[in-house]
Amino acid sequence: MQSINLAEHTVRELNQLLHDQSKDLVEDQWEISETSGQHNIACGLNQKLNVGIKGHVGYFCAGMNQHAHVTVHGNAGQGVAENMMSGTVHVKGDASSAAGATSHGGLLVIDGNTGARCGISMKGSDIVVKGNVGHMSCFMAQAGTLVVCGDAGEALGDSLYETVIFVKGKVQSLGADCVEKSVTDKHFKQLKKLLDRAGSEEDPTHFKRYGSARQLYNFKVDNAY
Amino acid sequence: MNNNDTQDNLRESATFDRVTMAEIRRAAETGIYDIRGFGAKRKLPHFDDLLFLGASMSRYPLEGYREACETKVVLGTRFAKKPIIIDTPVTIAGMSFGALSANAKEALGRGASAVGTSTTTGDGGMTPEERGQSDKLVYQYLPSRYGMNPDDLRKADAIEIVLGQGAKPGGGGMLLGQKITDRVAGMRTLPKGVDQRSACRHPDWTGPDDLAIKIQELREITDWQVPIYIKIGATRTYYDVKLAVKAGADVVVVDGMQGGTAATQEVFIEHVGIPTLAAIPQAVQALQDMGMHRKVQLIVSGGIRNGADVAKCMALGADAVAIGTAALVALGCNDPKYDEEFKQLGSAAGFYDDYHEGKDPAGISTQDPILAQRLNPVDGGRKLANYIRVLTLEAQTIARACGKSNLNNLEPEDMVALTLESAAMAKVPLAGTSWIPGQSF
Ligand SMILES: Cc1cc2nc3c(=O)[nH]c(=O)nc-3n(C[C@H](O)[C@H](O)[C@H](O)COP(=O)(O)O)c2cc1C
Repeated sequence: MQSINLAEHTVRELNQLLHDQSKDLVEDQWEISETSGQHNIACGLNQKLNVGIKGHVGYFCAGMNQHAHVTVHGNAGQGVAENMMSGTVHVKGDASSAAGATSHGGLLVIDGNTGARCGISMKGSDIVVKGNVGHMSCFMAQAGTLVVCGDAGEALGDSLYETVIFVKGKVQSLGADCVEKSVTDKHFKQLKKLLDRAGSEEDPTHFKRYGSARQLYNFKVDNAY
Repeated sequence: MNNNDTQDNLRESATFDRVTMAEIRRAAETGIYDIRGFGAKRKLPHFDDLLFLGASMSRYPLEGYREACETKVVLGTRFAKKPIIIDTPVTIAGMSFGALSANAKEALGRGASAVGTSTTTGDGGMTPEERGQSDKLVYQYLPSRYGMNPDDLRKADAIEIVLGQGAKPGGGGMLLGQKITDRVAGMRTLPKGVDQRSACRHPDWTGPDDLAIKIQELREITDWQVPIYIKIGATRTYYDVKLAVKAGADVVVVDGMQGGTAATQEVFIEHVGIPTLAAIPQAVQALQDMGMHRKVQLIVSGGIRNGADVAKCMALGADAVAIGTAALVALGCNDPKYDEEFKQLGSAAGFYDDYHEGKDPAGISTQDPILAQRLNPVDGGRKLANYIRVLTLEAQTIARACGKSNLNNLEPEDMVALTLESAAMAKVPLAGTSWIPGQSF
C-alpha cells in the first residue's frame, strides 16, 4: 500500500505516480489523504488499481477512469467519473452536478445524493445513486442505465436516447421525449443485478422504468422537398 | 434588377428576390427550416477588401524567389511539453468523420502530412485511418463527446476544446439520419438513422472558471504533454479570447461566420456571428491587452481561399490559419466534372451545399460506400498538398514584397482597406488616406 498525503504532494505528482503504474505496475493499492477538495484527483487512471481517497474531492475526480477502482470517502465535486470507460468509482458521500457525465462504461455508485445533470450524455455506463438526483439528470443520455433510489428532480431524461432510467421515489417532472415504460421480469432481474453490484438491498419491484419515446429521433417533414 | 433570361421591363425585388421567394415556398411546403452545409453565402466584408502596400522607396523588398521567408510556426508554447511545429501556417480545420467519408479524412491527413502541417478530427471521434495518415493530429473535444476516450486523447498531438464554430456560434452539430451508418452510429453510440443533433454546450462545465479546471483535467490526463487549443465561433471575440486565455489555453482558434459547416440551419449560417475580418483584430487586441500576443498563439479560420487571405490573417496578427471548405474543394468538392449529377440533386457544380444529405457526387461529404470510392485518398492527398504549397508560396510572395523574411513579420501597417467597413473592422486606413474609422478623423 502506497500512501500519498496531498498536503505534502501536488495533484500532479500524485497523478503522475498513478499513471506510471499503467506502464509498469509496481503498486496496486493506494491511499490518498488530506485532499482538501482539490480538483482532478486520480483522473486518467489506466490500470487495475485500488485507490482509496480519504476526504472530499473537487471537480472531475476519477475522470476518464479505465480499469481502476476508486473510492471517495467523502463528497465529490462536479463531474466525478466523467467519461469513465471501465472500472468502478464509489462516492460514499454526496456528489455535485454532472456526476458520471458522458461515461461510456464501468460502474459509478453514489451513496448520497447528486446535484443536477447526473448521467448527462452518458454513453453506456451504469450509475446507481442511493439518494436523490437533481434536475436534468440523463439529459441527452445515449446508452447505459441510471438507477435512482430516491427522488429525481425536474426534466428527468430530457431528449433521451437509449439510456434506461429506474427511479424508486418521486419524479418531479419528465423532460422532453422521456416517458414511463412498462417493467417486466427481465427488467427487474437486470435491475437486481445492478443493485447487487452497487451493494444496495433495495427491492427492484419498487422502481419505475423510464426511457425515450423516440419521438425526437427524426425531423418531422411534412413533404420532403 | 434585370436578369438575362427575363424581359427588360420586369424588375426583380431586391427584398423579395428569387432565392428568398423560393425559400418561402420551400418552408410552406415542408414545415421545416432549411438545413445545409458550406458557409455563409451572402456578401460580407472580407479579405478581398484589404490590399497590401508592397515595398518601394520607403521599404526594402526581398528577392521573390531566392531570399528566405520563414513559414514555420510553433503552436502551444505556453504550457505544453511538446508544442506542435508546423512547416506552413496553413492547417486543416476539424471536420468530422461522419460528415466526411473515411477516404476524405484520410486524404486530409495525407495532404497535411506531406507539407508538414496538422489536421484535426471532428464531432465523431478519431478514426484509425486519419490517425495513421496524419503526422500531426489535433483531437477535438466537443460538447457531444461522441467517441471521446482517453486512449485517443493520449494519441493526439494537441487537444482542441470546441466551444463553437463560426457557422453556428451557440449551436451544436448536426448529422442527419442518411449519414448515420453502422460505423458512424457505433462511433457515436447512437441508434442508426437518427437525425443526430449534438449538444451545443459542454455537459460537465459551464463558465470560464469551470473551463480552467477542465483544461487542467485534460492536462493531467495527458501528463501536460500536448497543447490545448480553445476554438470559438466569432461573436464577442474580444471577451471570449480573454476568457480563453485566462482559462489556460495554449492556442485560441477563432472561426469567423464565413466558416464552413457540414450541416446547420441556413438561418443560423447567414445570421449569427461576425465576419472573420472583424474578429481577428478583436482577438489580437485581447491578446495584446493581456500581454499574451505570440505567447498564446492565434489560429484564424472562416473563408480562407488563397495565399493573400493567409497573408492578411498573419498581417492582422494571427499565427496560423485553418481551412475547411477550401481543403474540400482541393479534394474535388463541387468539381464541374460532376455537374450533371449535381443537377440531378437539384443543384449545380459550384453551388452544391447539401452536404447533410450524404449524396455528394464527389464522394467527400458522404457515407455511401460507392460514392466514397470516387475519392482516391492518395490522389486527394496529393492535390491538397499542392494546394497548401500554393497558399504558402503566395503568402511568401506577398511577405517578401513587403520586405519580410518571416510570414509572421507581416503587420497591419502593411495593409490598407478598400471600403469603409473593412477599414473600420480591420483597423487599417482607407486606401489613399490615413483614416481609420473610429480611431482618427
Ligand atoms: C464538412 C465540414 C465539417 C465540419 N465539421 C466540424 C466539426 O466536426 N467540428 C468543428 O469544430 N468544426 C467543423 N467544421 C468547421 C471547420 O472546422 C472550420 O471551422 C471551417 O470549415 C473553417 O471555415 P472555411 O470552411 O471557410 O475554411 C466543419 C466544416 C465543414 C466544411
